[in-house]
Amino acid sequence: MRARIAHIASNTFREAVRDRVLYNLIVFALLMSGASILVGQISINIERLVVINLGLTAVSLFGMVIAIFIGIGLVSKEIEKRTLYTVLSRPVRRWEFIVGKFFGLAGTLVVNTFFMAIGVFAALLYVSHSFQKPDAWVLVALYFIILQFLIITALTLFFSSFSSPLLSAVFAFSLFVIGSFAEDLRGFAGITQGVTRWLATGAAYLVPNFSALNVISSVAHSNPVSGQLILYNSAYALVYATLAISGAVLVFEHRNLK
Amino acid sequence: MAAIEILGLEKTYSVGFWRKKPKYALRPLDLAIEEGEVFGFLGPNGAGKTTTLKLLMGLIFPTAGTARILGMEVDDPKMKAQIGFLPEQPYFYDYLTARELLEYYGQLSGVDPKHRSRKVDDVLQRVGLPQVGGVQLRKFSKGMLQRVGIAQAILHDPRVLFFDEPMSGLDPMGRREVRDLMEQLKHEGKTIFFSTHILSDAEALCDRVAVIHQGELRGVGAVADLTSSVHGKVEVVWQGTAVPASLRALGAECHITGDTVRAVLSEANQDTALEALRRERMRLISVTPVRTSLEDYFIQKLQPGVTVGARA
Repeated sequence: MRARIAHIASNTFREAVRDRVLYNLIVFALLMSGASILVGQISINIERLVVINLGLTAVSLFGMVIAIFIGIGLVSKEIEKRTLYTVLSRPVRRWEFIVGKFFGLAGTLVVNTFFMAIGVFAALLYVSHSFQKPDAWVLVALYFIILQFLIITALTLFFSSFSSPLLSAVFAFSLFVIGSFAEDLRGFAGITQGVTRWLATGAAYLVPNFSALNVISSVAHSNPVSGQLILYNSAYALVYATLAISGAVLVFEHRNLK
Repeated sequence: MAAIEILGLEKTYSVGFWRKKPKYALRPLDLAIEEGEVFGFLGPNGAGKTTTLKLLMGLIFPTAGTARILGMEVDDPKMKAQIGFLPEQPYFYDYLTARELLEYYGQLSGVDPKHRSRKVDDVLQRVGLPQVGGVQLRKFSKGMLQRVGIAQAILHDPRVLFFDEPMSGLDPMGRREVRDLMEQLKHEGKTIFFSTHILSDAEALCDRVAVIHQGELRGVGAVADLTSSVHGKVEVVWQGTAVPASLRALGAECHITGDTVRAVLSEANQDTALEALRRERMRLISVTPVRTSLEDYFIQKLQPGVTVGARA
């Protein structure tokens, strides 16, 4: 079972690499190099703040775009091109296929983030000339970004298990945007009453809380991240991604492959 | 034990927006295919052949009925390790080379890693693609992809093979090679269930055939039995360019091709016809009884109102 999931994941990773998904790293490298040189020339004493903010936001956005645009095709492309037929006619269970696909894309995003992180730290070194102790919190921010990728990948997989690629992209992107304002939504729920309060609270807890996973601004200002938040966010992402994948499996297990 | 047992397998789709109406993709189907048998599943396009194969592969779910392969349910992974499937007009991960694809499928089928590479070499050799193992599949022609499809189906040495239109997209040479390969597999004792609408392939390869039309089984029988029944007519062939008047008087249907005349007439008139040809000093080439062809059987079963009475 584990071997089959690993083989499917590794093939998904290989597909992403051969489809030149990692080429986005070149654009990212150019962006970081340009930004570092520019920031070094125009800003005074806030170079570090600008580089961290810009670098981590770019890591997050590049990854989200990859997660959504590859995620929507993970299942639908296999059905449309009928490559799935020769996989599922082997001793591969449908849930193993879904889980394998998830790990394949998650692995791609982790590798992509790893190389981008090198770029961020290189730019940081260029503008600050040395690393400082608070720079270690950038690693935590990157870890939280990866947690966001896991959630959005699982959600995209869930949507693509029953809807068209276009709708899946719309749903996933909408959830990303709404989830980025999840704390505001919770605040809004707190000041409303009656049915609105019910609906707003329900929506606030249903959408992924990406705002809690975003500590970019905080680490850019050299603020530390508490161990409790790291633990809470890890558990949250794990549970949310597991539920979304379970939903995808549940739908896919009963789907007729046309 | 039958290798494949299909018991009342049925697939219905709902069509329409407001008033949903059932559309029968497959009406209750009962079939049993013995181990070692080559079974042809014949029918025109849209008859329900691919639907049946998808149901057997667990790709779609039946509305009613069940099927067992090698005595196991169709979703049993133990059973799936013992079958091979070639879909119609197969398409594979085109970013992989043929060798990488077969390695991947070998991994998923649980082929022993120690022998996997050798098995991939063997199977590439067997389907006539030993030189292009390292070429990406996006550069393959339709015929080459069909061969890769056959290679992935037989890679793990399965006991039962399901081929959906295996000759489709192949040139005459390719068709001949696939036919030879299927004959080899038959000699190795594999059970082969294949769908086709190319009747000559079915006639050459199959022990038994079933005819399906509009989702309904119209007939099942052994190819030898179906093609051995005699019409009570004979075909007389001779060298010449003219038909003697006495032969026309017997009601013979004559066709002249080049310097050969082919006449089909009643068996009762055979001696009279031969006597007429001798008189006219025509050079006789052959006299053969006219047998029912698989095509005759197929056409007959497609007529409206034809149903298969008993369970096959």
